[in-house]
Amino acid sequence: MSQTPALEVKNLTKKIKGKQIIKGVSFTLVPGEVFGFLGPNGAGKTTTIRMIVGLISPTSGTIKIGGKNVRTEFTEAMRHLGCIVENPELYPYLTGWENLIHFQKMDSSIPKTRLNEVIELVGLQNRIHDRVSTYSLGMRQRLGIAQALLGKPKVLILDEPTNGLDPAGIREMREFIRQLARDENLSVLVSSHLLSEIQLMCDRVAIISKGSVLRTDSVDNLLAEQERVIWRAEPIQVAKEILSMETEVTEGPDHTLITLYNEPLLPDWNEKLVKAGVKVKEMRTQLPSLEDLFLEVTGGESID
Amino acid sequence: MINLVRNEMLKLLRKKRLYVIILIIAFLVPLFTYAQFKEIQDQREKMGNQDWRTTLQQEITDTQNRLSSSRIQDEWRKFLKIRLSQQQYYLENDIDPRAPGAPTFMRIFVENSIDLLLPLLVMVIVADLVSSESSGGTIKLLLTRPVKRWRILLSKYLAMLLSISFIVLSVAVLSYGISGVVFGYGGWNMPLLTGFTVSGDELLTENVHIVPQWQYILMEFGLVWYVCMIVGTLTFMLSVLLRSTAAVMGIMLASLIAGAILANMVSSWESAKYFFMVNLNLTNYVSGMATPIEGMSLGFSMSVLAVWGIAGFIVAFVTFSKRDIY
Repeated sequence: MSQTPALEVKNLTKKIKGKQIIKGVSFTLVPGEVFGFLGPNGAGKTTTIRMIVGLISPTSGTIKIGGKNVRTEFTEAMRHLGCIVENPELYPYLTGWENLIHFQKMDSSIPKTRLNEVIELVGLQNRIHDRVSTYSLGMRQRLGIAQALLGKPKVLILDEPTNGLDPAGIREMREFIRQLARDENLSVLVSSHLLSEIQLMCDRVAIISKGSVLRTDSVDNLLAEQERVIWRAEPIQVAKEILSMETEVTEGPDHTLITLYNEPLLPDWNEKLVKAGVKVKEMRTQLPSLEDLFLEVTGGESID
Repeated sequence: MINLVRNEMLKLLRKKRLYVIILIIAFLVPLFTYAQFKEIQDQREKMGNQDWRTTLQQEITDTQNRLSSSRIQDEWRKFLKIRLSQQQYYLENDIDPRAPGAPTFMRIFVENSIDLLLPLLVMVIVADLVSSESSGGTIKLLLTRPVKRWRILLSKYLAMLLSISFIVLSVAVLSYGISGVVFGYGGWNMPLLTGFTVSGDELLTENVHIVPQWQYILMEFGLVWYVCMIVGTLTFMLSVLLRSTAAVMGIMLASLIAGAILANMVSSWESAKYFFMVNLNLTNYVSGMATPIEGMSLGFSMSVLAVWGIAGFIVAFVTFSKRDIY
């Protein structure tokens, strides 16, 4: 891709009180993609995001937003950025409209007409002149997104965007994020510890654990690599013996056996089973959940 | 920058703190007016039915007698002459020096509120200016805008400056307006003595001169504004350093009250004069009251306060622009 990356993070490190919290994180976001940032709580997701948005200064490494260095060209870099870090904390004693006006005044390049655009985009027309303290969490989340989109950013950073939303809200948010990436060519960085979320929302994922990125790849690739075959055969003990001579076998739930997916060898394995008089009732491939993948990549570190 | 300051003022007004302050002042002024009124009545009763002009005439004669004595020092003679002209002015212009008008009440009110009441009111406004953004999490939205951090803090500082000026102004307006109902609105040109200096136990009178009351009040309000700005700046610094508004208020309250206590007991601990809180009573220098510690003067106290203020300002700005926000 010859485009300049929307967001470029290179060798980012952070030391707090002599302790290395972030150990050389690098990744790039191209325009129009949704990038997932996946890791357990305490892996360093939020610290990394806070460094990207300029709230924490990195110990070393560079961050470029739309080609502008966050450290040396702060104001230019921030023009291209919209973010919600953790909860969308707005001024509860102001109305939604006043909150937006407040942030619009902080950037002279935003015309007032933009306010109505973003309010319509997040669908808050009816309640915009009410105080934020009367808003539900979902409405605050939407107002949070409205303020993030105010400056027509190239990069949108959402830290745990579905936190505290009900299932309908989560679904709505997911579609909204996909739509923004598609229609406005926005790059979105989404962090989450919810694997299913990332799987449904993102094009690419970085798996982060203990301050370093373990893998960065597209969701499809990562999953395909770990594709499995589920066998249901009788008698199961015989089938297991035969298969374990060929490959690694684990016992799955409901009297099933699980092996790796290996397309060229699969017919052979099947033939051997049949010849030994094993009745193969079912043979199907399965994509692992990102959860399995995560355990695999981190070596069994638990996620909550 | 104007937009940023407007933002801060909007937030300040929406938090309704300023209204509360105005209400407090509007409640206290009638209270003090009544107290003052009672005191004057009391004094009048003590003097009996004697006309105040007669009393004043007696005082004038007394001063003239002392002046004609040949044994008094030159310096003292000069002071007595000034006193005499003040007394004569009262008589000629038919001013009862013990029945104050609204301007006199204003003057007494600020003189008594400069070291505790007004700093407390300022503190209420300033304490959560920055800390509320930290504890409410809105600081994250504020600092991820295309605006440098020092500009954001400066806009808050300017908003503080405006609100402090507003508080001082409303103290003036409310105390004049409300007390005038009882005392009358006149008395701006009443002559007052100022220019006292204290050296050791002695009150030096060599620089004493007469100024009209309006000038005197203007001077005192200038000093009040200055003290409020310093207290505001220090509170502002604490508000940057601490996330909890309650902690900011606690520390400021403790040091202000400690100042009031110290001023009464530190006359022999000389280095205590470098604390900001024992230097707040600037109006005392104008009216010629004894200082808590020897060697303090208007210039000294103002400089000590300035040093504290500048230090607080620098600490606030440096930490705010460098700090990591978690």
